[in-house]
Amino acid sequence: MLSRTAANLYWMTRYLERSETTARLLDLGFRNALLPNTGGGFRNEWSAILQSKGTLQNFTEKYGELKQRNVESFLFFDMDNPSSVASCITAARENARIVRTALTTQVWDAINTSFQDLKELMRRERSSLEVPELTDWSLRTAAQIRGAIEATQLRNDGYRFMNLGYAVERADNTARLLDVKYYVLLPSVAYVGSGLDNYQWTTLLRALSAHRAYNWAYGGELSAAQIAHFLILNPKFPRSLLSCSLEVNEHLDHLARMYDRATPAQEAARKLLGELAEAQIEDVFDEGLHEFLSRMISENAGLGQCIQDQYLTGEAR
Amino acid sequence: MSEAYFNEMYDGNGLRPPYRGLEGWYQDMPTEFRAFKQAEAEDLFRRFGITFAVYGDGGDPDRLIPFDMFPRVFAADEWRRLERGIKQRARALNAFLSDVYDRGEIIRAGRIPADLVYRNEAYEIAVAGFRPPLGIFSHIVGIDLVRTGVDQFYVLEDNCRTPSGVSYMLENREVMMRMFPHLFQENRVAPLDNYARLLKRTLASVAPAKCDREPNIVILTPGHYNSAYYEHSFLADLMGVELVEGQDLFVEGDFCWMRTTQGPRKVDVIYRRIDDAFLDPLCFRPDSTLGVPGLMNVYRSGGVTICSAPGAGVADDKAIYTFVPEMVRFYLGEAPILENVPTWQCAKPDEYKYVQEHLAELVVKEVHGSGGYGMLVGPKADKATIETFAAKLAENPGNYIAQPTLALSTCPTFVEEGIAPRHVDLRPYCLVGRDVDLVPGGLTRVALTEGSLVVNSSQGGGVKDTWVIAEE
Repeated sequence: MLSRTAANLYWMTRYLERSETTARLLDLGFRNALLPNTGGGFRNEWSAILQSKGTLQNFTEKYGELKQRNVESFLFFDMDNPSSVASCITAARENARIVRTALTTQVWDAINTSFQDLKELMRRERSSLEVPELTDWSLRTAAQIRGAIEATQLRNDGYRFMNLGYAVERADNTARLLDVKYYVLLPSVAYVGSGLDNYQWTTLLRALSAHRAYNWAYGGELSAAQIAHFLILNPKFPRSLLSCSLEVNEHLDHLARMYDRATPAQEAARKLLGELAEAQIEDVFDEGLHEFLSRMISENAGLGQCIQDQYLTGEAR
Repeated sequence: MSEAYFNEMYDGNGLRPPYRGLEGWYQDMPTEFRAFKQAEAEDLFRRFGITFAVYGDGGDPDRLIPFDMFPRVFAADEWRRLERGIKQRARALNAFLSDVYDRGEIIRAGRIPADLVYRNEAYEIAVAGFRPPLGIFSHIVGIDLVRTGVDQFYVLEDNCRTPSGVSYMLENREVMMRMFPHLFQENRVAPLDNYARLLKRTLASVAPAKCDREPNIVILTPGHYNSAYYEHSFLADLMGVELVEGQDLFVEGDFCWMRTTQGPRKVDVIYRRIDDAFLDPLCFRPDSTLGVPGLMNVYRSGGVTICSAPGAGVADDKAIYTFVPEMVRFYLGEAPILENVPTWQCAKPDEYKYVQEHLAELVVKEVHGSGGYGMLVGPKADKATIETFAAKLAENPGNYIAQPTLALSTCPTFVEEGIAPRHVDLRPYCLVGRDVDLVPGGLTRVALTEGSLVVNSSQGGGVKDTWVIAEE
C-alpha cells in the first residue's frame, strides 16, 4: 500500500476521533456551566477546557472575553480553530476523498453525509442550535462512521492504519480530558472531595459516556483513584489508556505479520503496553497524576511519530 | 428545427434504423417519470463522486457534468468504418512520432515542413533520438469526431497526450444500465466493460525491457485538486493499480520507486496524467512540485516507461493536424478513411488574409488552446466580439487556425419541453500497445443550449451514453 494512502487513512481516523473528543469537551463544559457559580464560575471552567486543547490563546485573540456562546461556536463551528468539530470533520472528509478507492461505499457515504450535514448545520441560525443537539449529532456521526468501518472494510493493511489512527488519537484525548479535570479544572486543592469536585468528576464521566459503566464497575462511589483507574488502567473501558494501547499493539502486530517485518514501532508500542499492564493506580499517584499523564501524552506522541516514520513516509526499509 | 443539420435519429424518411429500438421508450415516457429518472441519474453520479471542477468564476469544485439520458446510437456498419478510420489514424500518429524523434523521414521526403515540427513548442528535444518500448509514444489516442451527414465524419482534433473523459464513457453506461435495464435487453448494445482490462494490457505491453516480472503499473496524478482527479482514481481502481502523486515516487539508482508501507517498490510503467513540463523538475520546469526529480534519466536509460511518452504532444498540435492525412499515406501507404476539417493556417499570409475577411463565418482557435477557451465562433458572435477578436488575432496570427463552422449533426436530447435536437460530437479512445484496440463506443458530448455548437463541458456541455449496436 502506498505510504501516502496509509497516511490519509491514519489521519482521517485521527481527525474523526479528535472531532468526537472536541464534542465531548464541549459537552463537559456545557454541563459544568449548569452548576451554580463557584470559585471563579464558568469562565474559569471554559478557559480550562480551551487550555486542555492548547487553544486558549487562539480564542482570546479572536473573541476576547470568554462568553459561553463564543466558546461553543469556537469549539464546534470555527474553521480557524484547527480542532473544532467543523475543522476536524472537514479535514477527515478531505483525507477520505483523496483515498476514496480505499474506502467502502458505506464508509465514504457515512463520512460524506456527515460533511454535508455539517454544512447544513453551519447554515442554520446559530441561536436555534443548542449544545446538546450539536454534541448528540457529533457522537452519532462518529458512531456511524466507525460502525461502517467495522462492518464493511476489508481487514487489510488499510483497516489497520485506520484503527491505529483511532487508538493513538483516543489515548491522547483520554489523557488530556482526565488531566483537565484533575489538574486544571478545580480552583484549588481545598475543593478536593467537595460537592464541586464530585460534580466535575460526574460530568467528566458523562462526557466520556462512561457514567453508568463506572457505576457498574466500581459500585457507584466516586473517588479520584477509582476514576483514574477506570480511565487509565481498566481494560474493559474502551477509552482507557490500557485499552488504546492494547489496540495499537493488536493492529501493529497484524501489520508485522502481514508485511513479515517488525519495526521499532512494534517495540515502542509493546514497551508502553508493558508499563500500563503492570502499573498499579498507587504507582500513578506516587508519580503524580498530572506528571504521569503528561508523560503518557508525550510517549503516545512518540509512538505516533514512530508509526509515521516506519510506515507513512515509505523510506524505512 | 433547421433542415441544414443532419439529424441522427430522423432523416427525410423517418426514424433511422439504429434508433428503432428506442421508439416506444421515449414516446411513452410520462413527464413525471422522466423527472424522477433524471433525479435518480444525478443522485447516482453524485454518489459515485463523478464531478468536474470548473475553473474561473468561483466554479463549484463538486459540479456534476449534466447527463442526458437519451442515448446516441451507431449502427454496426457505421461503427465498423469509424473503427477502421480511428485505428488507422492512431497508427499513423504513432508512426509520425517515432519518426520525428528519429530520422525524420517524412521531413526529408518534404511532406511536412521541418520548421513546423522542430521549432514546434511541443517538440521535446529532451527525447530526440530516444525510442520508447515498441516505438510507441501515444498509448491512448482520443480522436474528436463530428458528423455532418450519413457518411460524412470529420476529425476535429487529435489528443495524443492524456485525453480525459473516458470515465464518463464508462459511468454513463453504468448509470443507463442501472436505470433502464430493459433497453439493454431489447437492444443489442455492444458492451464497454473491457476498457480497463485492455488499458492495463496496453500499458503492460510497453513495460521496459529491464522489467523481468509482472510490471508494476501506476497512474500519476497531479493530485485531488485537479479537475480530472475523479477519473484518475476511477481508472486506478478499475485496473487495480496504485494512484500516485509525484511525492510518492523517487529515483534511486537506475530505477523509479514508489513509497509504500513496506518500503520502496520498483515502478515499471507510469500512466501519467500530468503534462510534460511538470514531469521532472531537473529536465523540464524547475519549479514543478508535481513531478519526480531525475525521472527523465531513468526513462531515457530504459528503467521505466512513461505513457504517453514525453514529446507526444507534437503530433496533436493544431498546426500539425493538417498533415495527418499525409502521415496516413506516407507511413501506412493507405488512403485516409477519416477526413480532416478544411483548415486555414493564419501563419500563412494568404490564408490569414482569407480568415480576416471571413471571420463572421469561421471558427478561430488558438493553436495550443484546449477546452473551448479563447476561441471565436464567428456565426454566433456579435460585431463587437468579432472586432475584439480580430485585434487579438492581428497581434499574433501564427498562434491561430481557422475552420469553417461545421453543420454538426444533432441527436435527440431531453429538454424542458420534451425532446429536441442538440448538436453532438464524439471522442473515442483508441489504445495503442502491442495491439491496437478500440472499445465500441466513446464519449458523446452534447451542447445543451439550443443552437449552440460548443460541446465542451467547461462551457456548459453535457454528455450522453454512446451505443454501438452489435453485429447480428
